[in-house]
Amino acid sequence: MLAFGRMIRHALGAVALLGAATLPGQAQAQQAPANTLDAIRARGALICGVNTGLAGFAQPDSQGVWRGFDIDYCRSIAAAIFGDASKVRYVPTTAQSRFTALQSGEVDVLYRNTTWTLSRDTSLGLDFPAVNFYDGQGFMVKRTAGVTSASQLNGATICVQPGTTTEQNLTDWARANRIQFTPVVIERLEEVVAAYVAGRCDAYTTDASGLAATRSAQPTPADHVILPEVISKEPLGPAVRQGDARFADIVRWSHYAMLVAEELNITAANADQVLASDQRPEALRLLGKTGDLGKMLGLDNAWALHVIKAVGNYGEVFARHLAPIGLQRARSPNAMYTQGGLQYAPPFR
Amino acid sequence: MSQTSIDPRSLRAPPKRPIRLSWSDERVRGIFWQVVVVGIVVSIVWWLWSNTVHNLEVRRIATGFGFLGREAGLPIAESIIDYNPTNSYLRALVVGLLNTLKVAVVGIILATVFGTLIGIARLSKNWVLRTLSATYVEVIRDLPLLLQLLFWYAILQGLPGPRQAIHPAEGVFLSNRGLKLPWIEWEGAHSLALLTFVLGLIATFMYRRQAVAKQIADGVPRRTWPMALVSLVALPLAAWAALGAPFTPDIPALRGFNFQGGLTLSPEYFALLAGLVMYTAGFIAEIVRAGIQAVPNGQREAAQALGLRPGAVLRLVVLPQALRVIVPPMTSQYLNITKNSSLAVAIGYQDIVSIANTTLNQTGQAIEGIAIIMLVYLTISLSISGFMNWYNARIALVER
Repeated sequence: MLAFGRMIRHALGAVALLGAATLPGQAQAQQAPANTLDAIRARGALICGVNTGLAGFAQPDSQGVWRGFDIDYCRSIAAAIFGDASKVRYVPTTAQSRFTALQSGEVDVLYRNTTWTLSRDTSLGLDFPAVNFYDGQGFMVKRTAGVTSASQLNGATICVQPGTTTEQNLTDWARANRIQFTPVVIERLEEVVAAYVAGRCDAYTTDASGLAATRSAQPTPADHVILPEVISKEPLGPAVRQGDARFADIVRWSHYAMLVAEELNITAANADQVLASDQRPEALRLLGKTGDLGKMLGLDNAWALHVIKAVGNYGEVFARHLAPIGLQRARSPNAMYTQGGLQYAPPFR
Repeated sequence: MSQTSIDPRSLRAPPKRPIRLSWSDERVRGIFWQVVVVGIVVSIVWWLWSNTVHNLEVRRIATGFGFLGREAGLPIAESIIDYNPTNSYLRALVVGLLNTLKVAVVGIILATVFGTLIGIARLSKNWVLRTLSATYVEVIRDLPLLLQLLFWYAILQGLPGPRQAIHPAEGVFLSNRGLKLPWIEWEGAHSLALLTFVLGLIATFMYRRQAVAKQIADGVPRRTWPMALVSLVALPLAAWAALGAPFTPDIPALRGFNFQGGLTLSPEYFALLAGLVMYTAGFIAEIVRAGIQAVPNGQREAAQALGLRPGAVLRLVVLPQALRVIVPPMTSQYLNITKNSSLAVAIGYQDIVSIANTTLNQTGQAIEGIAIIMLVYLTISLSISGFMNWYNARIALVER
C-alpha cells in the first residue's frame, strides 16, 4: 500500500511537470499550416481529399490507381507545384468528413464534387477558388415505373444521401411543387444505390453527374431513366482553407490554364511543339516562354506547361472521364463560353 | 488517504489530533496531493477548451448553438411528433431523440422477454429445445451486430414491391416498403382511454401491495383480479364510450407509388429492432441462465418441502434470489441496446446520430453536434443505470 502511494506520487509529480512545461504557450500542434504551398513543398507531395468512389470523378481502377475528373485536377496541382503530376497522396473522404478533413489540415485541397454555397463559403472557414463542373440535381427512376417527369413523383419514396445540399434541395423542390414524398436517408453511396436498385425507393436523387455515374455502373443502364428536370444549381469545384490566398490562386489559375489551353488548342500531345514554334503571345505567356506569370504565383514559369503535359486541357479531361459515363458537354453549361457555355477564363497577362 | 477508512466495527472513535502544518503530517500531505490532482484536471480541461476555441477562431469557423433555431430543411421519414422540413433544427433533433427512444425502449422490452425465454429454454430437460437455444446463443453472440443489421435490411429489401405485396389479411400488406397494418383515426377519446389505462395500472399495483400486506397481517388471501378488471378494462372502455366511442378504421390502400393510410412499420425500423433484439437476447439468455443456476437446489427443495406450489416457489424463492445475480449485468445490456441503436446510420433509420450528423454537416458545427449526441446518450444511459441501481438496491439481500 505504501509503495503504491509513493508510485502514485511520483507519477503525479511527472504529470505536474509536463503540465507546467506545456501550459504557458497556446498549443499549435493540431493547427493546419498557415502557408499551404510551403507545407506541400516541405512534404514533397500534395494531399488531395477525394470521393470514396464515384465513377468518372474519383475511383481506383483494377490496379488500385485512382482515376477520374477530380483526380486529374489533383494531378494538375501537383504538376504546377512540382512539375511532377504523380506527387499526390489521395485521401478518400465521405460527404460528412470532407470539410473537417480540410479544416483540420488533413488534406491540402478538396476535389470532391463539392457544391459551392454561400454558407459553406462563409461559416465553414473555406474558400472555393473555381467551378470546374456545372452540375444540377436530378432524379433517376426505373424504366418499368413509367415515370417521364419529376412532377409525377407525388407520393413516391425517394432515396437520398444525408448531409449534402441534395437533401435540402429535395425538400425545397417538394415544398415549391406541393409534392409529398417519403425519404429513405442512407449515408453510404453503395448502400443508398443498393436500396434504390432493390426497389426500396421509387426514385434516387443526386447531382446529374452522380446519376450518370451510377447509371453507367449498373448491369443494364437502359433499365434506368434520368428524368429531364434539373431542380438545383450545383456548381462543383475545389475547396481550400480560407486565409491562404496564395494557394487559392494556384488552384484557381491551374483550372484557368486548362481552359485557356483549350481555347488556344493546346493539348497534352502538342504542348512542346506549340512552345517551340507558336507565335501567339498569350500561348507563349501561358507556357512560360515569355513573361513571369509563374513567378507571380510563386511557381516555376513552366507551371502551366507541366499541367497541360500531365493532364491535358479542360476538354481533354472532360472527354477522358465524363463523356464515358454519359455526360454531354455540348449545349451544357460546361461548354466553353465561345460555344454558349459558362467555362470562361480571365486573360493570362 | 488511509486515515479516512475507519473500521465500522470499532466502537471507539478515532483519536483526534490537531493538524500540524508539517510535511510529516499525513493529513496535510493528503490535502496537498488532492489539491494538486484537482488543479491538474482543471488545467487540462481549460487548456483543451481554450485551445479549441482559439483554433476555431483562427479558422473562422462559426461556433455556438444559434443554429438550433434555424430552419432545418431536412426530410425525416418517420416521426412520433408532427414534423416537416420547415421546422427548426431543434425540433428535428427532438424527432431523432424520440426515434432513438422508440427503438431503445421497445428493444429493451422485447430483448428481455425473448432473452429470458431462451435462457430458460437452455435449462430445459427437452433435448431439442436445449440444443436449439444453445446454438442460437453461440451463433448470434459471435457475429458482429453491424453485419446482422445489414443482413436483416438486405432480407427486407428482398421482399416484393408494393404492387406485388404479400397480402395475408384485409388491410395487411408486407412489401419492401415495410409492413402496413390497419389502424384507427386517433382522437381525444383514445388518448383519454390510454391515460385511464395507465392510471388503472398504477392503482392495481397499489391495491395488490395493500392486499399482500393485509394477508401478511391476518393470513387471509384476497382476490385482486376484480379490481384489475375494473381499472384496466371497464374504466378505459367507459372513458372511450363517454366521449362518443369514436371508431373510424384507417385501412391502408395502394394509391400511386405507395400505400396510403394505416400504420407503417418501416424496413429500417424493423431491421434495426430485429437486429438489436436478436443480438442482445443472446447475451440476456446467458445472464438469466447464470442467475437461475446461481440459486442452490436446496432452496427450491426446501420451498417445496414447505408445501409451496411450483409457481409460488419460482415467484417467492427462486426469482428473488436469481434477480440479485441478474440485475447488475442486465443493466449493461440495456445500456448496450441504447448505444448500439446508433448503428441505425448504416441502414437509414433516422435516429439522433443520423439527424445530428446531418445537422453538423449542413451547419459545419461539428463540435456542437457531437456534444449534443454525447449529451443525449449520457442522459439516457444515466437514467437507465439510475433506475436499475434503484431496482437493484430494492431487491438486494438485506443483511445485518
